[in-house]
Amino acid sequence: MTDQRPSSRHDDVTGQETTGHVWDGIEELDAPLPRWWLWVFYATIVWSIGYWILMPAWPLVADYTKGMLGYSQRDTVARSIETARASQAPLARRIAAMSYDQIRADADLIDFAVRGGRSAFAVNCSQCHGAGAAGAKGYPNLNDDDWLWGGTLADIEKTIRVGIRASHPDTRNNVMAAYGRDGLLKPEQIGDVVEYVLSLSSRGSDAGAAARGATVFRETCAACHGPDGKGRQDMGAPNLTDAIWLFGGAREDIRATLQAGRGGVMPAWQGRLDDATIKSLAIYVHALGGGK
Amino acid sequence: MSETKANPRSAPSGAYEVETVAVEAINRAERRSLYARREKIYPRRVHGTFRRVKWLIMLVTLAIYYGAPWLRWQRGAGLPDQAILLDFPGQRFYFFFIEIWPDEVYYVTGLLILAALVLFLVTSIAGRVWCGYLCPQTVWVDLFLVVERAVEGDRNARMRLDAQPWSLAKIARKSFKHAIWLAIALATGGAWVFYFADAPMLARQLVTLEAPASAYVFMGLFTFMTYMLGGIAREQVCIYMCPWPRIQAGLQDEQTLAVSYHPLRGEPRGAHKKGESWEGRGDCIDCNQCVVVCPMGIDIRDGAQLECINCALCIDACNTVMDKVGRPRGLISYDSHAGVVTGAARPRLLRARTVLYAALIAAVGAVMLVGLMTRANLEVAIERDRNPLFVRLSDGSIRNGYTLKILNKRHDARRYALAVEGMSGARLDLAGRAAGTDFELSAPADRLVSFRVLVTAGAQAAAGTRSMTFVLTDKASGDTARYRSTFRGPGQ
Repeated sequence: MTDQRPSSRHDDVTGQETTGHVWDGIEELDAPLPRWWLWVFYATIVWSIGYWILMPAWPLVADYTKGMLGYSQRDTVARSIETARASQAPLARRIAAMSYDQIRADADLIDFAVRGGRSAFAVNCSQCHGAGAAGAKGYPNLNDDDWLWGGTLADIEKTIRVGIRASHPDTRNNVMAAYGRDGLLKPEQIGDVVEYVLSLSSRGSDAGAAARGATVFRETCAACHGPDGKGRQDMGAPNLTDAIWLFGGAREDIRATLQAGRGGVMPAWQGRLDDATIKSLAIYVHALGGGK
Repeated sequence: MSETKANPRSAPSGAYEVETVAVEAINRAERRSLYARREKIYPRRVHGTFRRVKWLIMLVTLAIYYGAPWLRWQRGAGLPDQAILLDFPGQRFYFFFIEIWPDEVYYVTGLLILAALVLFLVTSIAGRVWCGYLCPQTVWVDLFLVVERAVEGDRNARMRLDAQPWSLAKIARKSFKHAIWLAIALATGGAWVFYFADAPMLARQLVTLEAPASAYVFMGLFTFMTYMLGGIAREQVCIYMCPWPRIQAGLQDEQTLAVSYHPLRGEPRGAHKKGESWEGRGDCIDCNQCVVVCPMGIDIRDGAQLECINCALCIDACNTVMDKVGRPRGLISYDSHAGVVTGAARPRLLRARTVLYAALIAAVGAVMLVGLMTRANLEVAIERDRNPLFVRLSDGSIRNGYTLKILNKRHDARRYALAVEGMSGARLDLAGRAAGTDFELSAPADRLVSFRVLVTAGAQAAAGTRSMTFVLTDKASGDTARYRSTFRGPGQ
């Protein structure tokens, strides 16, 4: 190699060569590296070889080299989850064994239940009810004070256990028939009932039609929704006089409900989740603000 | 070395009968080593004003470092009585009367900013004072050199010892030195861990091998690093590892004081015999005393250079020489570049950069002081639920949820009353607890507690977004903490 760098020169002040690089008149010295830096570099190479031997390092076709120390991040996570489970076990056992009154008397226990319930909710329930439990059309909002099947801790726990139209033998089941589609009511009767239902929650409606609708309601709807339309929680019949509408409270929504019927579903969680988790979920949902 | 015959020049006529050989000199620039050997430095002992100042500073800084964890400060029952303690498990930093929580780490940030600004100011006024006197690297190298000198003798004795072939006596001497170095390093690492746990208890645990593993790990790490940096690497740390020598160039100007040789007075230098005239020559007698005492092994007469840590030991050495030859002191002294060039100019202290740094120090210091004096013992943070933004209740009213966090920094349990301002007719509930507006929140001593608060307002009052204020009142002391938040309903 006879390649001579273009303007490399000897610098008299430092006694060193320059690289020939100049920026705004500032030249770069070609100062030699201290030799111990080189040794540090070699030491890092030796270290890396030791690392390959001791720690997981090289990818293979279907596997990877495990290393003599047998370290695995997955194992570490699994161990710490196990440790966490073990440390939670006494609290979980107490929650499973104690009554709600006993649990609520213990601040630490209620705190643990709400936190555990929150994470169980995020994993199992938020898909339908939403991350904030605010629900959506057809999926109940669990924050409010209106409950189809009751809002006490026991009611909520039972709903979680047995589900709605689920596989559990005691599952909750409410029937809102397709009055229009199945010809149970004539179209004009449906129109009258819609006006009456609107009047129940004090909204503008055709007074004449509502009066006719009241008669139909008494004969057909009151069995479940009650004579005053306030619903029956033992049958899962919603209160029609309040501001909360699971499938929408507009005139068209109510007409669609009467026409085609309604029937939401919720899985039964008994057997899928343990008792402590189910009770924690009930406590969490109850504490969202609407619990009775 | 291989030689190849090049083609003889095929000049048509007049070619010389000289063979051109393709060969390279072995010491061509391109062939020189890419790596520099380390030259061992044997600094000679020196006496003088600056050496005395450095002994004093070394004594004080080492005493602070080793002694500070043993200072006690009574804070009351159940609290650590160590004056300076970084309590990681308890998430507190104790510094005498100051107690800092993790959320107040900005005090530490402020302290670091303040330290940086002071460093900038000092550097712009008097150059690398930090490097020369206060840097732990300088202090510990000084300490290690004291040991080296005590065991192996001064410069000449050490050079002789190193030149000797290995013998039992030499091995014994060297091992003894390294043993003392390691003992100092161990003490350094040992002192470090005392800042993180109760010192007397940890000392007992360390001796009885009951201390936590992390204590031994950090002790080992600091022992190793102290031994390597202070004993082995020494000046290499300043030259090759430390960024400060590079940064400080941007903080200095021609008025900055630095350890400087005065060529106007010293040159032309040369040997001088007693009784000879000083006419027509400089005061420097070229005795190289300034070079042999330099812990960095450089010659200050070469001017300002990266390697110079401004430790001023060459000033002491040169002053001693000047006293002996009967010339005035100060051939090497603290002077500005302007002073060195003109030979007269006094450095100006008041410059744009020194004024700016001083002003910044005053401002940051004042902010920190006010912050510390008015530090609240009660803090409240309120986070509004974002999902759902609001909840419509069966009667049509609107409810918003808030997570309320109370930080009780007092050392006793407190009870608080919570109220809402700016929302007439709103109802306040504690989720899962008593209803009504006059409920009580309690926070244990020294703890952060969290509550979920529900605010409900009638449908008419709740439309849109409105601002409101939570007021938390300490029932015993009457301290209040206010927190502005918003209430949202349907619509805009």
